[in-house]
Amino acid sequence: MGEIAKAYFIAKKDMGAYYLKPPLISWGLMLPIVFVLAFYFRNPMGIKEVVPGLIGLTLLFSCTSMAAIVITFEKRIGALERLLLAPLHIRTILFGKTLGSTLFGLIITLFITIFIIPMVGLSIKHPFSFILTILLSGLAFSLLGILISVGVKEVFEAMTMSNFFRFPMIFLCGVFFPVPSMPYPLPVISYLLPLTYTVDGLKHCLLEDKGTIPLYLDLLILLGFVLLLFSLSLFIFKKRIRQEF
Amino acid sequence: MDAIIRVNDLTKSYGPNLAVDHVSFDVKEGEVFGFLGPNGAGKTTTIRMMVGLTQPSSGTAFISGHDILRDPVKVKQTIGLVPETSNLYGELTSLENLIYQAELYGVARRERKNRALQLLEEFGLKEHQEKPFQKLSRGLKRRLTIATALINNPTILFLDEPTTGLDVMSARGLRKLIGDLKKKGITIFLTTHYIPEAEGLCDRIGIIVKGKIRIIDTPDNIKTQIKEIEILEIGLDRPQGDLKDLFLSLYGVEKILIDENRVRFYTKRLDQVASSIMKSLEDHGAKIQSINTLSPSLEDAFVRITGLDSELMKIDKPTKTGPE
Repeated sequence: MGEIAKAYFIAKKDMGAYYLKPPLISWGLMLPIVFVLAFYFRNPMGIKEVVPGLIGLTLLFSCTSMAAIVITFEKRIGALERLLLAPLHIRTILFGKTLGSTLFGLIITLFITIFIIPMVGLSIKHPFSFILTILLSGLAFSLLGILISVGVKEVFEAMTMSNFFRFPMIFLCGVFFPVPSMPYPLPVISYLLPLTYTVDGLKHCLLEDKGTIPLYLDLLILLGFVLLLFSLSLFIFKKRIRQEF
Repeated sequence: MDAIIRVNDLTKSYGPNLAVDHVSFDVKEGEVFGFLGPNGAGKTTTIRMMVGLTQPSSGTAFISGHDILRDPVKVKQTIGLVPETSNLYGELTSLENLIYQAELYGVARRERKNRALQLLEEFGLKEHQEKPFQKLSRGLKRRLTIATALINNPTILFLDEPTTGLDVMSARGLRKLIGDLKKKGITIFLTTHYIPEAEGLCDRIGIIVKGKIRIIDTPDNIKTQIKEIEILEIGLDRPQGDLKDLFLSLYGVEKILIDENRVRFYTKRLDQVASSIMKSLEDHGAKIQSINTLSPSLEDAFVRITGLDSELMKIDKPTKTGPE
């Protein structure tokens, strides 16, 4: 049976066992809804400008929330050993874990997108690029979470680390302030973070090409992040397994 | 019978500590092979290297002809492992756990559910199929973990301390189950620190202490290693623990075991020492209630071969945290 099918089974199990539980869904939806409503009530006319950023944030938080702890948690309770015992390549396990978290992120983001776009009167100008941006970003964010998850030993470390990466991204990645207008050296840091390209790509798709980087470049860089984060996670995961098992 | 497991010079060190020290042995197809040793002897580390969970420091093993280092995925395809801790997914039901494992092992879609239901039936878990794993008793968790290890119809089943932590009834049921699996032709490799369990279940036993194999043979052959030893068991009217040193000082007595008011004398010259034992007991006012001569047990052989106190073998590992 194909490695992709087995990765899908891992993702399906994770969705059933962890992701599609009422507390996680409600927490996944609550944060973006609070953000949207806060901006909407403050300035109903200006909210359009931050919609790409809010969608990007939703994707970032929903993809990383569980991804950052899923491997650490399963290692703690001994369940990761079951996966290591099964006839699976390490890359398949990692891809399965990434897929589960990405699917969860996509479901939450889909809800928020359906809710917010008609509410503010926007439309998706480039549907294919929109889907591609969301998909690549979801994978990149999940892999960021997975990278944290394979790199730490304890669940609390994973949660602290994920917030260490996520919260600065809210301010540095063009969600609320355009990256080019930030004082030096903040833009340099911004361009090292995947959310910057998600937000820029979504601006192209939702706001009449208001992105500052060419769309194809946003997509290529996001793809680069996916490959880089996957390779890095795989390397660290293999090293950890050798050390800890 | 051909060797289905071939272990060549397998070694594992953790820094300066040698957990498994150049271990080599074969396991024949269809046999039950037991690794017997006290806690910390290297049993679990060996089994984990054999199933591809732990990277050996040197050496290798061939499982069903596949090298564990070069082809770990193929090795895992042909085996089942029951780890020491029953570590299935607590949130999933018994049936879901089995189906999930069937998916991971590549069991064909149309066969998955039937195979899972068949195993639930065989292992007496049918009525618990909708219960989450975390809600099962320890004995049922163990059964389900073994059932899960059989989902892919493995040719070899590895069992790491299968009865540790189980109540007497569950442990007895599990031993019967292992016997049934052997009858089906499955090769079984198990580790245990219970000497009677190894003796009752295994065709051959490897005794391992401090990472080194001391002997590999059938239980009967291992016992003949100390066939020159004879045992005289005397039942007394009251405990005589304070006379241990005196008994040991008797000519020809090699070892003494005192259990309440029963005393076992181990000697190579029973005909010569019996009278001096009787006389010594009479001198100290002990009334003899029974006299038996015994053949050496596997426990006696174990003590003789390893130099360890058999009491060590009765100590369980500290309970691990996890979904035991």
